[in-house]
Amino acid sequence: MARTSVSKAHAKIQELSWEPTFVTKDPKYKTDYTFKKGGQKDPMKQVLSSYFPMQEEKDHRVYGAIDGAIRGNMWRQVQPRWMEWQKLFLSIIPFPEISAARAMPLLTEAVPNPEIHNGLAFQMIDEVRHSTIQMNLKREYMRNYIDPAGFDITQKSFHNNYAGTIGRQFGEGFITGDALTACNIYLQVVAETAFTNTLFVAMPSEAAANGDYLLPTVFLSVQSDESRHMNNGYGTLLMSLADDDNKDLIERDLIYSLWNQHAVVDAAIGTIIDYGSKDRRKDRESYTEMWRRWYYDDYYRSYLVPLEKYGLKVPHDVIEDAWTRMTDGFYHHTVAQFFATGWMVNYWRIDPMTEEDFEWFEDKYPGWYDKFGKWWEHYSSLSEPNGHNPIAFENTGYVYPHRCWSCMVPCLIREDTVMDYVDGQWRTYCHKWCHWTDTVAFREEYKGRPTPSMGRMTGQREWETLYHGWDLAEAIKDLGYVRNDGETLVPQPHVIFDDNKMWKLDNVRGIEFQSPNVLLNEMSDEEREKHMEEYKQGFTINESL
Amino acid sequence: MSESRPITEAGGRGDRSIPKIVLTDAEAGAAAFVGSNSRSYNYFEPKKRRATKYEDVTVDVQPDPDRYLTQGWILGWANGDLGYDASWTRMKSSDWHRFRDPNEEWEQSIYINNSNSVRTVQSSIENAKSGNAFEFWNKSWIPIIAKHFSAWGHVDQGLGMYVFMPAQRTAMSNMHNNAISVNCMHKLRTAQDIMLYNMELMGIFGDEFDGEAHQEVWLNDPSWQGVRENVERLMNIQNPSGSSEWAEATFASNIVFEPLVGELFRSQFVMQFAPSHGDSVSPSVIGVSEREFNDRDLRYTMDMMKDFLEDETHGEENKQIMQEWLAEWVPYSIQAAKGLEPIWSESEVQPVSFEESFEQVKSRFEGILSELELRVPEEVTT
Repeated sequence: MARTSVSKAHAKIQELSWEPTFVTKDPKYKTDYTFKKGGQKDPMKQVLSSYFPMQEEKDHRVYGAIDGAIRGNMWRQVQPRWMEWQKLFLSIIPFPEISAARAMPLLTEAVPNPEIHNGLAFQMIDEVRHSTIQMNLKREYMRNYIDPAGFDITQKSFHNNYAGTIGRQFGEGFITGDALTACNIYLQVVAETAFTNTLFVAMPSEAAANGDYLLPTVFLSVQSDESRHMNNGYGTLLMSLADDDNKDLIERDLIYSLWNQHAVVDAAIGTIIDYGSKDRRKDRESYTEMWRRWYYDDYYRSYLVPLEKYGLKVPHDVIEDAWTRMTDGFYHHTVAQFFATGWMVNYWRIDPMTEEDFEWFEDKYPGWYDKFGKWWEHYSSLSEPNGHNPIAFENTGYVYPHRCWSCMVPCLIREDTVMDYVDGQWRTYCHKWCHWTDTVAFREEYKGRPTPSMGRMTGQREWETLYHGWDLAEAIKDLGYVRNDGETLVPQPHVIFDDNKMWKLDNVRGIEFQSPNVLLNEMSDEEREKHMEEYKQGFTINESL
Repeated sequence: MSESRPITEAGGRGDRSIPKIVLTDAEAGAAAFVGSNSRSYNYFEPKKRRATKYEDVTVDVQPDPDRYLTQGWILGWANGDLGYDASWTRMKSSDWHRFRDPNEEWEQSIYINNSNSVRTVQSSIENAKSGNAFEFWNKSWIPIIAKHFSAWGHVDQGLGMYVFMPAQRTAMSNMHNNAISVNCMHKLRTAQDIMLYNMELMGIFGDEFDGEAHQEVWLNDPSWQGVRENVERLMNIQNPSGSSEWAEATFASNIVFEPLVGELFRSQFVMQFAPSHGDSVSPSVIGVSEREFNDRDLRYTMDMMKDFLEDETHGEENKQIMQEWLAEWVPYSIQAAKGLEPIWSESEVQPVSFEESFEQVKSRFEGILSELELRVPEEVTT
């Protein structure tokens, strides 16, 4: 359909909306924001009769590439180090995608603008597309990559794993609580406009450098839909900004969304891109360099800051704190170290870092070796079973971390840790902004204003609590992270595909698993204060084991 | 290339930096070790012997604390509702994850099927234009299409945007929600197809075709007020707790409203009356939607409802609730259907009476209820 025809067609379909008179509409999804009717237009002028054939054509390209990859046996050249991290990433991402589809009626209920509703309908089916296309990509990996273990239990492990839960809040955040907080700010304005750039553009580039051209094929096709979604978010945000009463709530939701997604997405994607790659060319961008380009320059400076003229209160300090944590705090490096510490309760393998990796990290992140080099050397020396325990239970000097009650990533930058007695228990937070999220944002009022629509944190938020006091082997069996001989673990701290070098349940039996939060709550006040003081001082990795 | 350097050395052209190609031999079967042959998703029971691609890409994407979600939902609402809550429908199930969409809708099928529908509609119109088929339209028929045919677009818009869209948020499995979301798109696409057809006819017939008449008809023409009331009530369905009632919305739309009102209008009116007025195009346009309902939307809804009705633990209770739903929704749909009666006598030629048409849909409706082993409400039989 020609563009002029699309414009006419789009104008015509606006005639379909009407105001019901037989019932008084009772919105099922509530918001504490207030809106005036009408307002924003949909500049994308989307019409389904042009949309479906366009998407079908995009699919032909994707599935053609998948056929090509299978026939050309792409897996002869994929890096196992990279592919293993896809067991984590591709277990997480289909749920946030489908949650985005489910989130759309939150806005059709809460935002009185039929033209925006039309855009949301496109987004809904886009998201169904994304979720199922990603599940299918993972299926191809499972069928064609040398080690399918971990892909074969993908959705089960996503649901019962600590890392899965961290990722899951990304999706649950889209579909619960205040309709505007969830679907507009958290999903469209922050997740889609800011973080899809690192998720769906930076990741594919790294995949291609590691011999995997299917992930770029699928995810760049996904990303080509995102402009529609960003546009939906922008229109709704401008409608919110038209009412001064919303400005505090927008600021609250931006702080929560920007910080939480930094904590969650940068943890996972930073690790996958920097620690999942075998491409150590010094002129390829590190995750932090990508973050600076995609997030700081393209999103923060080019998208958010210009909105200040419409009255948006941009939380500059939150973004600067995230940047500081990424650089001075070595945030995602501490996450990679944590993932590797707990390798035996993962459902993917983690390849040890080598001298070549060390050199690249030191070049990109000066000071890296002093902080992490020795530990990764210990990891490497403990990677094959040889009568010793997994690294978490050997004397490396590493202190197993407390978990953040808000973002559920552990409190890894020890000096930033906040401890507080909240809702009848002692909780730990990885940063003052995560403490603020639980104690200020997710509450029944904000700045003296009732916020009955705001969501609530629920569930067993510290994963370790589930297995406190368990034998490690029994915990792994319970999780289902055991291969089909009933003995060999799915996770391994290496990418050696040899039965003689793979860890089994017997290698981890007799080790008691403990929950830092349970222990914290069992301490006396004096013990707790002392413990936290020591915790915040950090640890020193031993020179030798 | 200036020098014949092996590409695996990442020489590139001059100073260009490119990643190395490394032959890793990481393909399936390159080594045999424990787990190297585990090449299917093993955490759900396929419906048949082997899982279909649809099942692989759909099952367990939406978690459930009753399956593997050990930490539970981590975000919820102030009233205590969680991510997905079984209390959002009165249906009960001993296994929410048993249902499979018989249409096996996933990414590829959604776009192939809808694109085919778009092409069918567009080629019907283009073929008619190139064959000058519109010249053969009875003049008295033109305002009927402008008013009534176009008014149906509002029905599909309401069902798609405000019934199925919220319903796909709330069901207890990904299989339910994906099936409903595809249904949502069928309705929205048809609504737009009808409007775009309207726009084409404005170009073809000029002033003879009032392209905006449908709005007034939808809002004020007495023939349509029963239909509008039915649709608006469907848009506002909720259970006693105030949340969306996805199973009731799907039942009341696809088991009650569509057979009694949708098929009455599409099959009995448009498809029967248009040919007698020289119109071969409108049946093709609406026929796409009729086929989608028959072949796909009704099909998944029947399987979904049968799953509730055949539940060993809750089947009988579910049946009683569906009877209550029938008691509530059938009167609205009967009223909506009967309200349309005047349009049967509005056209110059009447190939079939309203009574005959209505008997047809009532019979069809009784057949659907019979297949579900539900009692036919009095309003239908009297």
